[in-house]
Amino acid sequence: MIVVKLRSFVRYSFLNIAAFVSIFPFVWMIIGATNSATDITRGKFTLGTELINNFKMLNEMVDLPRLFGNSAKIALGGMVLQLFVASLAGYGFEIYRNKISEKVYTVLLLTMMVPFAALMIPLFKLFAGFNMLDNYIAVILPTLAMPFMIFFFRQNTKTFPIELLQAARVDGLNEFQIFFRIYMPTMKATYAAAGILSFMTFWNSYLWPLIVIQSDDKQTLTLAISSLSSAYFPEYGVIMVAIVIATAPTLLIFFLLQKYFVAGMLGSIK
Amino acid sequence: MKSIFISKKERRKALVGGSFVAIAFVLACVFAIYPIINSLILSTTSGRGVVTEFVGLGNVKRIFNDTVFKTALKNTFIFFVFQVPIMLTLALFIASLLNDRTLKFKGLYRTAIFLPCVTSLVAYSILFKSMFSSDGIVNQLLLFTGMIDVPIAWLRDAFWAKVTVVIAITWRWTGYNMIFYLAGLQNIDPCIYEASEIDGASKTKQFFAITIPLLKPVILFTSIMSTIGTLQLFDEVVNLTGGGASSPSLNATLTLTQYIFDLSFKFVPNFGYAATVSYVIVFFTAILAILQFRVAGDDRG
Repeated sequence: MIVVKLRSFVRYSFLNIAAFVSIFPFVWMIIGATNSATDITRGKFTLGTELINNFKMLNEMVDLPRLFGNSAKIALGGMVLQLFVASLAGYGFEIYRNKISEKVYTVLLLTMMVPFAALMIPLFKLFAGFNMLDNYIAVILPTLAMPFMIFFFRQNTKTFPIELLQAARVDGLNEFQIFFRIYMPTMKATYAAAGILSFMTFWNSYLWPLIVIQSDDKQTLTLAISSLSSAYFPEYGVIMVAIVIATAPTLLIFFLLQKYFVAGMLGSIK
Repeated sequence: MKSIFISKKERRKALVGGSFVAIAFVLACVFAIYPIINSLILSTTSGRGVVTEFVGLGNVKRIFNDTVFKTALKNTFIFFVFQVPIMLTLALFIASLLNDRTLKFKGLYRTAIFLPCVTSLVAYSILFKSMFSSDGIVNQLLLFTGMIDVPIAWLRDAFWAKVTVVIAITWRWTGYNMIFYLAGLQNIDPCIYEASEIDGASKTKQFFAITIPLLKPVILFTSIMSTIGTLQLFDEVVNLTGGGASSPSLNATLTLTQYIFDLSFKFVPNFGYAATVSYVIVFFTAILAILQFRVAGDDRG
């Protein structure tokens, strides 16, 4: 009995510590947004009175609505296009598989292993050659056919009832009509899950936008936060406000659509 | 060569299927396959900016004499060797704790531990930078609880800067990997555990004899994904320890990807040499992936 109780105590203590460590930076972020930079580097852990001041300063230092809008443009545009390209491909690979398509699919999956660092220089030269740097198309295009997304849609297409497909064919729908009218509405949950994943990836992307985006008015929220914090004396209070604003959309999505969020990640190992 | 398609109907089917994957295929060719090949060609050239010349294996020779490269390679490996096992063990351990049916507040714990995954890599790196400043909140907590007597120079010291990076990445990704393990654990039939209990197996024995072998595919998946991620480390080291007032010993956390970035976009660009360094990452990613498939006894790779 004592052993059981002790085990239970150790288990809960461990989980409590893990949960505390996981949550702490979020609390720190919110408290930090209300404090001055000096207080933050001194580790002050109580709510301060600087929130409004920090927010004002942030608006003086950067064009906040524009940054937010730019990030949203990239994230939403990238998400819609990526869902379209990846679901078409995932569906195609699964429903119409043959020897050649399986080989193409394998090669596609292998490109997932290639680190982005090995692609970024040719990609940079490619877009520079077409005079397309500093352009959101250049930000979005290279990741549209993300192998992981195609893989995700293919795995989930395995759950698409083949009877639906056959019934639609009998009803005289052509193959593309089946995809748009039957498959897409049926797979709403898959689209939601993949959409969240895709939105997050674009919203949070850093390295490639850092290379491609050059002019100030095209900067994203993530790029601006990074450059604010690289100052010799970072204005942490101001930066925390920016971080709260940048994290709010993804946090919101997470709490509202948690089911899809987790399903999105797990879809890949089904 | 024999005809691949047996009938007209099959040929039509392949054509329709082809048109579904066409956009993705073209995009993958232009933005993945072409750059990989182009990178390899670039790696045989050298020069500043646009003036380049063919050097053959010259860049490879240069790599062996490049101390900054060696530092970056060493750092990347230190991160890989320490961070990935710590994180995956922790994730597996937490997942098996959470998989217990008798546990209370399971959903709450799961949500809390998963929450770091919603943060952007840049945002959390900066949060950690502010928490780990020399008189920051982490040092204060450690001093307060008596775990240390003098503040640790987390971001200024070459050793502790690496530790901070490892802590930060572990914070961000443990919950992510935990979710995969939880899903894997839920697929294991409880009967197996019940049967082994009747046979008198302890919890620890069950963990090593049942849980780990049955989770092998998931563990393989997470470890390969983590390997790829760690070898490409960039956002964290740039925003947490690189630049700013906090790191006079700038190369203490320099990673390969950061070095490639510096070579291409920060210094006078030498794309050829940068491409050569990038192939080092390709090389190690491939080697480590093959190695992990071998260890897991899965020869499909």
